[in-house]
Parts: sequence; C-alpha cells; structure tokens
Amino acid sequence: MLIINKVSKSFGHKRALDEISMTVQDGTIYGLLGPNGAGKTTLIRIINGITAPDSGEALLDGDRISLDKSSQIGYLPEERGLYKKMTVYEQVMYLAQLKGMSAAQAREEMRNWFKRFDITSWQKKKIEELSKGMAQKVQFITTVIHRPRLLILDEPFSGFDPINAEMIRQEILRLNQEGTTVILSTHNMESVEMLCQEIALINNGRIVLQGNVQQIRRQHRSNQFRVVYEINGQSVEQKVEKKPEETNNDLLKRLAKKGEITAFEEILPTMNEIFIKTVQS
Amino acid sequence: MNSKIPLIIGHEYRTRVMKRSFLIITLLTPILIVASIALPVVLITSQSDDAQKSIAVIDKSGLYQPAFTDSENYTFLFLDEDLQQARNEHPEVAGFLYITGDLTDSLQSVTFYSEKQPNTETVPYLRRQLSDYVNQQRIASYNIPHLEEIIAQSKQRVNINTIKWEKDGSEHITSSDITELSGLLIAMLIFMFIFMYGGQVMQGVVQEKSSRIMEVMISSVRPFELMMGKIIGIALVGLTQVMMWVIIGGIAFAVITPFVMPETQALSADAMNQMASNPEYSEIQEIFIALMGFDFLKIIVLFILYFIGGYLLYASLFAAVGSVVDNETDSQQFTLPISIPIMIAMFVAIQATHSPNSALAVWCSYIPFTSPIVMLVRVPYDVAWWEIAISMFILYLSFIGTTWLSGKIYRTGILMYGKKPSWKEIWKWIKY
Repeated sequence: MLIINKVSKSFGHKRALDEISMTVQDGTIYGLLGPNGAGKTTLIRIINGITAPDSGEALLDGDRISLDKSSQIGYLPEERGLYKKMTVYEQVMYLAQLKGMSAAQAREEMRNWFKRFDITSWQKKKIEELSKGMAQKVQFITTVIHRPRLLILDEPFSGFDPINAEMIRQEILRLNQEGTTVILSTHNMESVEMLCQEIALINNGRIVLQGNVQQIRRQHRSNQFRVVYEINGQSVEQKVEKKPEETNNDLLKRLAKKGEITAFEEILPTMNEIFIKTVQS
Repeated sequence: MNSKIPLIIGHEYRTRVMKRSFLIITLLTPILIVASIALPVVLITSQSDDAQKSIAVIDKSGLYQPAFTDSENYTFLFLDEDLQQARNEHPEVAGFLYITGDLTDSLQSVTFYSEKQPNTETVPYLRRQLSDYVNQQRIASYNIPHLEEIIAQSKQRVNINTIKWEKDGSEHITSSDITELSGLLIAMLIFMFIFMYGGQVMQGVVQEKSSRIMEVMISSVRPFELMMGKIIGIALVGLTQVMMWVIIGGIAFAVITPFVMPETQALSADAMNQMASNPEYSEIQEIFIALMGFDFLKIIVLFILYFIGGYLLYASLFAAVGSVVDNETDSQQFTLPISIPIMIAMFVAIQATHSPNSALAVWCSYIPFTSPIVMLVRVPYDVAWWEIAISMFILYLSFIGTTWLSGKIYRTGILMYGKKPSWKEIWKWIKY
C-alpha cells in the first residue's frame, strides 16, 4: 500500500505541492490527473524517491520511500530516454541490473518480454536505429522487467500507434491482474475511464478531486437523461433534463405522455468533462 | 543495499573501450607521434628521387667545372652555349646551372633554371658542391701551408656531458635538453588528458541529460553514485590508454635500442660516460643515452598518481558543468572557470622547465589546481619526496572537496531543464 501523507514541496517561492494526501491500495490502477504544471511530475518524483519532500512523508508498505526501494518500483517518465549508442540487449540488461536483478535473471526475463512483444530480432540494434515507437516498446520493457510491485507510468500511450497503444493497455491490465499496483498519469481521459479504479486530480499543487471513478462520475451527474421514443414507427432520441424536485419516476411519467419510451438512461459526465469543469472552477 | 557504482563503472568503461575509435586512437597516437618525428628525418636522409638526374652546367667564367663530378644521383653536362639555345637542344636535362661570373667577386652570379619545380635536394646539393669548391679555392689562395687542416680542426664541435651524482655514488648521464623536453612533454600529456577525459565526463552527463535517460537512471541509482561511476569509469579508460602506451613505448624502446646502440649491453656509468664523451655519437644516440638515465618507473608512477588526482579534481567539476546545461554549446560559459587554472598551470609548467625551483613553480606545484601539471615538470629535476607527498596530499584532499561541491550542483542540475541557471542559483544549490 502506498500512502502519501501531507506531502509538500517548494521550489524557491513556488509551492509545487501543498499538503497532498492520498492512498493507493495494492492491486489497483490509480489515475493521477491534472493540467500541465500542476505538480504531477514532482509528486511522481517523490514517490520514486528521486526527490525528497520538504514536509510530510511517502510510505510504501509502511516504510519511507527512498532509492533503496527502487527495485520494487518501475518508472516510465513522460520524457522517454535511452542510451542512443547502446544496443537493445545491452540497454535492457544494464537497466535491469541497476534495478538489482542478476545478469541471469535479467537475461531470462528479457527473453520473455522480447518474445511477447515479438522483437527478439532487434536485440543487436542500436537504440538510435529504432523508430520512436520501437524505442518506446524497449523503454516499456526496461520499466517492467524487474517485476516491480509499484508501476508508475507517465503518459504511457503517447508515441504509440492505436495497435501498439492497445497492446500496452492489455499489458498494463495483465500486470495489474498479476498483482502490480499501477499509478497512471495521463491526459487521455478515455483511458482513465477504461483502466482506473480511483483517481486524484491535482491542480496548482493541491488535490481538487479524489476517489472512485464511478462514484465521482455519479457525484457529478447533472440530471441529464437520454430517452428514445417510438413515435409513428420512428425512433427519436432526445436529451432531457430532470428538474431538481423530480424523481426518476416523475420524469418518466412526464416523458411517457409524449410517446412510447423504448430506452431511458442517465448520462453520466465523462471524466473529460469533470476534468475541465473542476480545473476551471 | 549494495552499491551500484561497480555496475555503472563497468558500463561507462565498456561502452568507451569497446568502441573501435578507442583502439584506433590508442594505437595511432604513438605511431603518429613517432611518425611526425621520424618522417622528416627519413625524408631528408633517404634518396627519395632514385632516378639519376642530369644537370647542364653553363659556366661563363670557365672556373667551376672541377666543382662538379658525377655522383650516384647527378650527372653533369658542361655546355658552352647560350641559355636559350641549350634549353632547346637539351630537353632531357633536369635543369641548367647558369654561372655568369667569378663567384669570389659576386656570390650572386649563379642561377638555376628548370622546367619543373626542382626537388628539395637538388639545389642544396649544387650549392654545397659549389660552396665547398669556392671555399677550397679561397683557402688555397692564402698560400698558408696546412691551412685546410687547421680550419677543419678549429671547427671541432664541443660536447658538454652532464653527469648527475646519485646518493649512492654512482653516476648518471643526463641531458638537460632532454630533461627539459621530457618534462614539458609529460606536462602536455597531463594537460591533454585532464581536458580530454574531463571533457568526456561533461559530454557524458550532457548526453544523459539531453537524451532524457537521466530520469530513468536516477530512479534506480543515487545521483552521486551515477556521477562517481562515470568519473571512475572514464578514469579507467584513461589509465588503460596510458598502460597501452607504456607497453607500446616499452616494446618500441626495447626493439629500437639495439639498432641505435649496438654495444650497450652492459650499461655501466663508465661505459656510458665513454660513449657520451665520444663525439662520434649521433644525436639520436645521445637521446637514447639520456633516456636510459631516466628513472622511468618513478616518472610513470608519479604520472599516473598525478593524472588520477588531477583528473578526479577536475572531472567532478566538469560533471557539475555538464549537469547545469542542456546542450554542449551552452557549456562554454561554465567551463571557463575550470579551464583557466589548467591554462595557467600549463604556462607555469613551460616556465618551470627553465627554472624548476622558482617560487612560482614551487607554489604552483602545491596548489591542487595546478600541481598535477607543474609538479610533473619539476620531478625530472629531482624534487624531494616530501614535497611530492605534500603536494599529492593537498591534491587528493581537494579532490574530495570539489567532488562534494560538484555532487551538490549535479544533484539539482540534472533535473533542471530549460533555462540556464545563473551563478547565484548554482550557489543556492550548493548551500541547499
């Protein structure tokens, strides 16, 4: 379990993080959202043990996070980077060993991943010879090869074509099912809805929204409903708003007068709408 | 948790040493140095133009025909016609030496005409032949008996042998020229190494930053480990290079020595003394005698110790510079304060080759930023061991200081992108 407890961090006069608290349960996929410059990267660096908070603490399974925990954490930074002159094989081996794997372990895991991504033939290629998407795959492997318990992914889908993005999405889900806790930072709200159970929305260094994705969407409902009538054998779709004092049944009764209702469902706001509304207010 | 420095050292070392360019440069540099010294000698001494040349001599004075006798390379053709006419009639000759009058009256009355640019040997050869002949004639004209021999004797070249008394009473032949030169060479080498390998450290850091691998790296290792791993790894690359050169140099020396000095199997000081005082020995042999008088082991050991100390002192500063900039072009502003002391050291070192015990040289051989270069120039002149010990102690102590300082800058700098920090900001990082 990852617990962030009242973490603050300032750079000069700028307060990048202001008493941030959150709890990430084991085995969940946690979405870390926020506009650019909100403080996400700083928070991610603190969770990684790269930077220390000015006050507050970040605990992984009850222990303060430092670099000693690095073998349990996998981090895919937003700005991808690999040693350009190294071959794919050397690169993966080096980073895996830096995460504390033995050479033999690293070699075996690498073989599995290369097979899974069908890139065994790239091993001898230098990073600079790879296309951006290919390099991204290698980077993803270097992030997860040491079987981290906590995986921090910053914009994991950027730079991938739809097919590869889907492949990465499936890998994230698979790793999550195997017990890996995932922190996902992304601007792609669609994937947040698809993957995340919980989210925290950060703005100006503070958490402005936090909780279960479905609950949040329900909390933000704006009494919008989608109704489909059958009028003269024709299907008509309409968006209607429920009055505050009305119940659903009241609304249905009111609508039933217009014609035969064939479908009725509440329109929950998308995370995208919630994001924009919350940040702008 | 185990330190990851060995892994990083291994990576930094391997990626550099395994490069083809490393092997090429390491092998090529000594060859280039030797070649740049040997080539001119070879070019001058060897008969590069094997074909025999014929030279037409048109001597209007009729005095100098005896000066030219056919040799291995030149045949002479004596003509008594007009220059233009001769040119038309004898297209086969390499050139025309046209003597218009008595050379004792005017030394300017000789001209060499040719269709092609004459090669470097021809004209000097002709001049030598002609001058010798003119000199002989002049000497003869004084009518003094044995004058020629007297002059030859008066031209004796004097050699001063320098012999250094060792504590144990033995004698060593030295050559102050060689000592001076070798001191300078060693200083140059250290200077080059600090800049070259320090620069590599900086470049490495900048590359890690600009390729954005830095963030991945420091999520696995401490910034200080990353910095030290890189510095040590590159130091080992440098030492590998030095070792290879020592081995190549040693083999070359062992192979060449018997050729240059056939009879120096037993190197008693006496024997060398005799050799050195023998004016028949060539300059190359003198150099070898002087080289044999060197305590190579001492110089190599001190070179390596000062290289390590000097390199470590500067490398961490170079790493700090690399960490504060985003690309190499921005680095110049920050490398300046580092390169100035190295430059000063080099100037003092050049001075010190003439006066190794001047106050400036002595002080600079203690100051850590200049000592690796300056002290090594003084070492061939026999510096007391305690002086070396003190200078070395200060150097290694300062290395800890600069590394600590650089570590602080590095730690913050590697995560900063975008704007170049000001000196004031860097100062804040250090205090932070």
